[in-house]
Amino acid sequence: MLSIKFCLPFAVVGTMFAQHGYTPSDVENGGRLYRSNCSSCHGPNGDLQPGVDLGHGKFRRATADEEVAAIITKGIPGTGMPPANFTEGQALTIVAYLRSMAATSNVAVTAGDPARGKEIFEGKGRCVNCHRVRTLGSRVGPDLTDIGMLRRTAELQTSLLDPDAEVLAPNRYYRVVTKDGQTVTGRLLNEDTFSVQLLDTSEKLRSFKIADLREHSFFLKSPMPSYKDKLTPEELADVIGYLTSLKGL
Amino acid sequence: MRVRLLILFSIAATLPAQVSFDRLLHPEKEPQNWLSYSGGFQSQRHTALKEITPANVKNLELQWVFQQRSLEKFEATPLVVDGIMYTTQAPSDVVALDAATGRVFWTFSANVAAGSRTCCGRVNRGVAILGNTLFVGTIDGRLIALDAVTGKPIWKVEVAKPEAGYSLMHAPLVIKDKVIMGTAGGEFGIRGFIAAFDANTGKELWRFYTIPAPDEKNGGTWAGDSWKHGGAPVWVTGSYDPDLNLTYWGIGNPGPDWNGDKRAGDNLYSDSVVALNPDTGELKWHYQFTPHDDFDFDAVQVPVLADIDWQGQRRKVMLWGNRNGFFYVLDRTSGQYLLGKPFAKVTWTAGLDDSGRPVRQANMEPTAEGTRIYPGNLGATNWYSPSFSPETGLFYLSVWDNYSSVYGKSEGEYVEGRLYMGGAPRNVVPILMQPAPTLTRREDEGYGALRAIDPKTGQRKWEFKMVDVTDAGILSTASGLVFSGGRDGNFYALDAKSGALLWKTQLGGPIAAGPMSYAINGRQYVTVNAGTSMFVFAVKQ
Repeated sequence: MLSIKFCLPFAVVGTMFAQHGYTPSDVENGGRLYRSNCSSCHGPNGDLQPGVDLGHGKFRRATADEEVAAIITKGIPGTGMPPANFTEGQALTIVAYLRSMAATSNVAVTAGDPARGKEIFEGKGRCVNCHRVRTLGSRVGPDLTDIGMLRRTAELQTSLLDPDAEVLAPNRYYRVVTKDGQTVTGRLLNEDTFSVQLLDTSEKLRSFKIADLREHSFFLKSPMPSYKDKLTPEELADVIGYLTSLKGL
Repeated sequence: MRVRLLILFSIAATLPAQVSFDRLLHPEKEPQNWLSYSGGFQSQRHTALKEITPANVKNLELQWVFQQRSLEKFEATPLVVDGIMYTTQAPSDVVALDAATGRVFWTFSANVAAGSRTCCGRVNRGVAILGNTLFVGTIDGRLIALDAVTGKPIWKVEVAKPEAGYSLMHAPLVIKDKVIMGTAGGEFGIRGFIAAFDANTGKELWRFYTIPAPDEKNGGTWAGDSWKHGGAPVWVTGSYDPDLNLTYWGIGNPGPDWNGDKRAGDNLYSDSVVALNPDTGELKWHYQFTPHDDFDFDAVQVPVLADIDWQGQRRKVMLWGNRNGFFYVLDRTSGQYLLGKPFAKVTWTAGLDDSGRPVRQANMEPTAEGTRIYPGNLGATNWYSPSFSPETGLFYLSVWDNYSSVYGKSEGEYVEGRLYMGGAPRNVVPILMQPAPTLTRREDEGYGALRAIDPKTGQRKWEFKMVDVTDAGILSTASGLVFSGGRDGNFYALDAKSGALLWKTQLGGPIAAGPMSYAINGRQYVTVNAGTSMFVFAVKQ
């Protein structure tokens, strides 16, 4: 039994080292760790520190993934980069996320004027019909108050042009039909074997017992429309400029 | 596309129900909800729900458990608003749950600063709500407003410096359009205060220092510069009388706790109740329970407001079981002292004079070698929420009796952010400071009890004795029950008139919070925290 316990972590890490073939789950976990621990200094694009760019796959002090992971856990003495309390496996998921950033950073994106973008966001774009920034807008879609700290410019562009390309797990939509015929849709907040919890389209927190439902299922696609033909390229750039300016409270 | 249109169109549908101030003023109209820390501005911790009765309480069964993601004490009382429960988990996170199943909708993590300091646990006691906004204080000195639907922050303000020992722990109190919050930190040489913040913006609107400056009224009650670091913290939620437009708050100990030599004087408003105008923060009256305290007898108790027949006339009173061992009745219009009687063994004073001022005993004070005095450092009661039942007319109080400490005194200078206590009490009996896994204590060494006191006389009507002491609050019900528990992990229901034990269960961890009650679709629930978890009960169906 002991040998199995020892064997498993090595096997997992070993696989990561050997193949550098990260799974989508590695990238997602690494992204979550990056956003909650790294982006406050490095920014969502990895380029907030002068002279440091984490988003293009090349690192001044490291080449191999395990070297990057070592910097993440040990920090760089004499600089503002502190050591961090991650396991090696966790650090490697952050490397996986940084590698994925590099792989998608060739998308040409221009962030436009935030002030004009705010006007479009609140007006022509009707974004506030679903999204909320601080106290303005609907709670139905993801709150965007700190989206500029969480998502990269390229990711924001993809979300605007092709919303179905990536729907993060916390933003998945769900539909239930109760046994008495009521249909409720909303953002899925939580689920277990016997119940689901939604934030429904009338902005209420709802909890349903599975036993009371006739149907319940995920939406396969994002409820957000594409803005590809709704906004001009300049307007899209301005909206992205506005979104990247949203850094939370 | 049909789906997308459906979602866009449905946005114009109803928005979530708002918890208006009018709803907060009239909790009696919606007993299925629990809208503020003590269940209403009178802080009686009494529910009008009657589904759980003395006859069927034996059929209570566990419905669900919420395990706090923290090993700290779980001292919060949750709110329930239209089926949604809001509670806090230590140190300062907020969680929204389905009150019927315990399933989590969202968690807000306050990410408190590593430099925050607390004397006695990195805890939080709950949230307040107004409109669709929740308010929570953090142990690193911030007040945060959250959207009650999404859990996203709306505003954050720095109320006080955590590096200097300030922390926010109690559930805020919402009055009109203001959020009222006090600061803990009485063991760190803070200068305590209560402040009001605009509920919409977080802007500070007034601040009442619990220690007046020398040039202010009652400023002369602190010798020299001792007022600057005199403590007088606030760490339990106050009450409000809308007719008098007064909010009442219990103020904590002066500092340094056990060495009063450098702070000669009464040390107002430490160990007092203050009555403030919630619009301006202006002090209307105060009453000091323990002048020049050198025992750490915080008056940080919930002010319980009741209207009772007092010597032939209806009177607006305040009922107060104090940490110093006395039960008090005050007129809450004027602050007039009406009655004071000990409810546990007391040796620090010979008694109260006609004005309610304690008469100090010779040789009953902390010394370098230590002096044994009753009650001990944690008090004859403490912050544990009491209850008042309008049906029985009785005041229910968690009591430590036969409990003493050897109070030691030492010298010490104030250093910002360091403990500033001037000594330390020692326990005559081991294992009294913290709950212990096993117990071998005799009754004469200290025990706990839930006591029912008649406010008209101060006399004990009945008691339910416990072998261990208790940090539990108390809930009374209109159906004639009293719920409480103890450090031993027992949670029980008593007959509110007689104290007879009607039901009990063992929750496996010390109870350090007040029970509360709510209903969903007509089904009544009772909840209490024990150890690091919250337990929810209802009558078996």
